[in-house]
Amino acid sequence: MTVLLILVPLALALGFVGLLGFLWALNSGQYDDLDGAASRVLSDEDIEDKK
Amino acid sequence: MSLPALDYDALVTRGKDGALRFEAAIDGMTCAACIGEIESALHKLPGMPAARVNYTNRRLSLEWREGLFDLAGAFERLRRMGYRLRPFELAGGELIEQEASKRLLRCLAIAAFAAMNIMLLSVAVWVGEKSDIDPATRDMFHGLSALIALPAAAFAGQPFFQSAFTALRARRLNMDVPISLGVTLALAMSVYETLIHAEHAYFDSAIMLLTFLLLGRYLDAAMRRKTRAVAANLAALRAPAACRISADGVETIVPARQLRRGDHVLVRPGELLPADGVVASGASALDESVITGETARRNVAAGDHVFAGSLNHHGALTLSVEAAGAGTLLDEIERLLEKATAARSRYVRLADRVSAFYAPVVHIAALATLLAWLWLGASLHDALVTAIAVLIVTCPCALALAVPAVQVVASGALFRRGVLLNAADAIERFAEIDTIVFDKTGTLTSPHPRVVNGADIDPDVFALAAGLARGSSHPLARAVAAARPDAAMPADITEEQGQGVRALVDGVEARLGSPAFCGLEAEVAALKGLEPDVSIVAFRYGVRHALFRLRQVLRADAVETIAALARSGFAIAILSGDRPEAVEPLAKALGVADWRGGLKPAEKVSRLDELRASGRKALMVGDGLNDAPALASAYASMSPVEATQVTQAAADAVFVGERLDPVLATLQTSRRARSIMRVNLGLSAAYNAVAAPLAMLGMLTPLIAAAAMSGSSMLVTLNALRAGSAAGASDSPTAKGSAP
Repeated sequence: MTVLLILVPLALALGFVGLLGFLWALNSGQYDDLDGAASRVLSDEDIEDKK
Repeated sequence: MSLPALDYDALVTRGKDGALRFEAAIDGMTCAACIGEIESALHKLPGMPAARVNYTNRRLSLEWREGLFDLAGAFERLRRMGYRLRPFELAGGELIEQEASKRLLRCLAIAAFAAMNIMLLSVAVWVGEKSDIDPATRDMFHGLSALIALPAAAFAGQPFFQSAFTALRARRLNMDVPISLGVTLALAMSVYETLIHAEHAYFDSAIMLLTFLLLGRYLDAAMRRKTRAVAANLAALRAPAACRISADGVETIVPARQLRRGDHVLVRPGELLPADGVVASGASALDESVITGETARRNVAAGDHVFAGSLNHHGALTLSVEAAGAGTLLDEIERLLEKATAARSRYVRLADRVSAFYAPVVHIAALATLLAWLWLGASLHDALVTAIAVLIVTCPCALALAVPAVQVVASGALFRRGVLLNAADAIERFAEIDTIVFDKTGTLTSPHPRVVNGADIDPDVFALAAGLARGSSHPLARAVAAARPDAAMPADITEEQGQGVRALVDGVEARLGSPAFCGLEAEVAALKGLEPDVSIVAFRYGVRHALFRLRQVLRADAVETIAALARSGFAIAILSGDRPEAVEPLAKALGVADWRGGLKPAEKVSRLDELRASGRKALMVGDGLNDAPALASAYASMSPVEATQVTQAAADAVFVGERLDPVLATLQTSRRARSIMRVNLGLSAAYNAVAAPLAMLGMLTPLIAAAAMSGSSMLVTLNALRAGSAAGASDSPTAKGSAP
């Protein structure tokens, strides 16, 4: 059962990374315009600009 | 003809670091491709502002450095692309709502993370009990759960703790009091049980409870935020601009809300008055139907008091702005509004009524359990654990979700039908309505005038006139254009401000505008017995000419909607500020026997008070400033989106569009929503009836608590989803929810 001493903290740490990722996305405004983000992904104008 | 410059400086907010910021609602953005188009167009402009389109809210925010960027140029460039920008200032209420919703989402994320991980550990413990978990491992799992649960609850529980604290300080009980108490006690007891190496801990129940409740609150806040944003955009689209004349005679366009007392404003024919004031010079006739409901026009000259929202008909006016003053109509209306709003707040929401009854019952039941167990000879520890288990299991998870979940789904369904709710509890009040009181002008009638003699006019002439009318910004000309939307617009139209438009068609001049502009005064004089609310638009093309008669007509579906409402058993009445002889034919056409005309705002309020006194629950539908007090004093109220701002603020819901059937849809959806709310409350009561006795008998294990709690919450939420499907299915005008 000593394997739990590694696996449980590992599982928690992975989950925690996910949580931090979500909070970061929230604070950087990525949840402010969900409809826009859904359609922006289809636009390739940013690529043309760089050419 | 060049228009006066827009005063852009007044619209820009300055940051501390020298950055300039500007927000606008965008009109004309129809598809997702517009995002890229607008942003790349702005990026190509000199000064390169940071431009970001918010597609969800249909808004644009710009940020740039002082002096490098020409905002007026950006406006012009977007206008040529077909987008109109409406400058925008975030209202304080919307900002607070945005912050609150973000905070709830943050709390929800943390609670959900904690709930998932604790559940992972708890399932292991539950399974282990049936097999061979050793006490040391179980203690470790409980300890880990505590390490996750305590900080998570301290953070994610704050919305509930704060609300419960506020309620207790005001010596009231709300739903958050039993929630906070349940969560806190469950955590405290679980920590103690962990320390004494006991078998059961309730970390999972406490955190899961928080997660479910936060989910409900977040959805509720998100829905409200969305409605608020749409309402604010609509307000920005209609926010009147004013042409201010400075002391040296320079004309600038400024947003109406930036006008100050004493400013002089020029109002051209066909424009709405941007502010209350006194006419300084000029003479005209004003259409004040939005304010008084009276459709006959009032002639004004220097020295007369005039009100914001009136339509200036045929002469240019210079106003001296007067924000407010004792004795004006606005002053009286504000006083009435205050009184009526105070009366409205007496309504107690269904959820509050339930929790006022529920919270004491739960607390007494827990106390009774404690005393009964002590009486029967149990140890203090066992008695306390059982009592706390009662509090945990009756913690009103399903109950707290029962009403808000339905509200979220129902207001979402109404949103799709073009109804924006101002107040969440309005659904409950809409559901109880048995009488509907309509205002006439702008509510039963369409907000814009229509051509009424179209059949008498030669179709070719009509098409030509409609095409020409598209080049004008005058409201009457727009009504002519709207009558023939497919008419081709001639090239090179010239607008003579205040008179009309002209253009060369096949070498012959066509003119559309005032009778004098088209040389048709004699023909107008020959039209005898015109109703006072009829307006004339003249058209001349060579020798051919036409006179368009325009007036406000009934909304397209008014007759059917009123009939459907009457069939559903609602009593219908019309209270109008317009002259009785103008109301009567309309009431007859609609088949409404109970109508009154010529009412002052206070008389409308007293009529509604009479209805209330006789036990009727009245819905007031109105748009005019004179309706605002009546809207606020009615049991529930709605107003069309064209209504004045004061009126919209007083209404419970605002509906969009040219049709009247949103009123019917609102009442149907609300009735259905209320019956689902009741089923939900019944379901959670049934859950408590099963779970509470188990807890009192001491047979509650953490597994049962967790299963019962999540099961009932999901059941209630799934049931709430029915409120949305109902609105989609009820497209037919018959009201199902009100069968006698």
